[in-house]
Amino acid sequence: MTSVLYDAPGPKARRMSRIISLIGIVVIAAGVVALVLALGAPKASANGAVQPGLWDLSRWDVFNDLEVWRSLGRGALATLEMAGVAAVLALLLGVFFSFGRASDTAWIRVPTTIVLEFFRGMPVLLMMLFILLVFSTGSFWAGVAALSVYNGAIIGEALRAGIKALPRGQREAGLAIGLTPIATRLRIEFPQAFRQMLPIIIAQLVVLLKDTSLSFVVGYSELLRVGVRDLTNFFGSRYSFSFFFVVLAIYLAMNLSLSWLARRIARRSGAQGSAPAGKPDSPDPAPAVNRFVGPSGYSGDANGV
Amino acid sequence: MDAVIDNLPVFLEGFRNTLGLLVISGVGALILGMIVAGLRISPIASFRGFATVYTEIIRNTPLTLILFFCAFLLPYLQFSPGYFALAVIGLTVYTSPFVAEAVRSGINGVHVGQAEAARSIGLGFGQSLAFVILPQALRMVVPPLINVFIALAKNTSVAGAFFVFELFGAARKVTNDRGDQVLAILLAVAVFYLLITVTLGVIAGRVEKRVAVLR
Repeated sequence: MTSVLYDAPGPKARRMSRIISLIGIVVIAAGVVALVLALGAPKASANGAVQPGLWDLSRWDVFNDLEVWRSLGRGALATLEMAGVAAVLALLLGVFFSFGRASDTAWIRVPTTIVLEFFRGMPVLLMMLFILLVFSTGSFWAGVAALSVYNGAIIGEALRAGIKALPRGQREAGLAIGLTPIATRLRIEFPQAFRQMLPIIIAQLVVLLKDTSLSFVVGYSELLRVGVRDLTNFFGSRYSFSFFFVVLAIYLAMNLSLSWLARRIARRSGAQGSAPAGKPDSPDPAPAVNRFVGPSGYSGDANGV
Repeated sequence: MDAVIDNLPVFLEGFRNTLGLLVISGVGALILGMIVAGLRISPIASFRGFATVYTEIIRNTPLTLILFFCAFLLPYLQFSPGYFALAVIGLTVYTSPFVAEAVRSGINGVHVGQAEAARSIGLGFGQSLAFVILPQALRMVVPPLINVFIALAKNTSVAGAFFVFELFGAARKVTNDRGDQVLAILLAVAVFYLLITVTLGVIAGRVEKRVAVLR
């Protein structure tokens, strides 16, 4: 796209851009090195005591202790447990919400819309506190409930948009072959909408995984609370940076792998995903994706263009 | 209900601070995000790589962890301009890659044919960018940007857990004082949040209709 905007570079312009690129690399690398050195430099605090730099071995020896890794593992497992339970509930709620939102009867549609708008406009943290205090569920279920309601509302909206984006003929064909309206929605429209929206849904699950760290505030001991608070309190603030970096690395590893999965699925199902736009380039109907929608009798390439 | 009415000044102070956090870090994130987006589409490969790595790392880090860094570890490095400013820094950094992605997808969303047409009627690089690409890209960017700001409005609540007295902090304080009326208090705070998010949502809908590019 940008290459359209200017003429193809000649030898001079290419050399120029290579030089600028090299200078850019040097500048960025110098910045990173300066930052690392600045963090590593020992510095005197207000009362004259000298603190060792951040990369000093005395700040990292705590990781020789096996118990530290065990605690971090327990924290990560607690995070994943909350994310897993909340993800399943959020998906179920999302399906439920999308059916209510796309319903033909106004008595169902209007209240669902209001409830959805309410949930989507509220901070997750406030919902967690709300559920913890009003229903006194304990911190785990408060976190799970808040996360699944909030993300369920967003997934519900995505699914509804997916159902709405389908060609009308899909519904008409379902009704024409004698399926009831509910069966049409369940067996014809919903599987297609789900598959189209799968990248968005997985992206939302990454958000959900990130948001489990909010339950730190209501007192659930997950990765963040264990890693940067409990361990620091126990071993002393000398190690606070080391613990922070390790917790950051664990979060990045979990989230990046899920994001990568989302992108992979998006690439696989993206081509034939946009049925109304009618993109002709959909060579393989991606059989792996079909597994997500279950035995619905819907074959990948039957999508009406 | 009386717990809400008695503590209305507390809520209003929290609301003011929430709005302050939203506006200041919103503007900061807009500026930082534009810079990152600019780096990301620049012809220089090393800038592009840097911006991509920055975006990926920040987007996959929980906001709580970033705010924890700002609230506890920056003061430890003898940088402590107060918790409000620290929260603004954290929210700005966290929101900037989302702004950058919105801007970038807007620019990428302009059809190639537009650029080709601009070039073929003889416009130069600067001209086709200024008269053809950017006017369309900016219009398409506005609705997703407002969505980013809606998310930011909700994210300011996390700052309440890190010593900033905003709406969530107000909710915690008042519920500690009046444990008997938790439901009314939390519903009142929810109304304040909805005031911000629903308003922004309505604006987004309006803008979307007004500036939609016909094609």
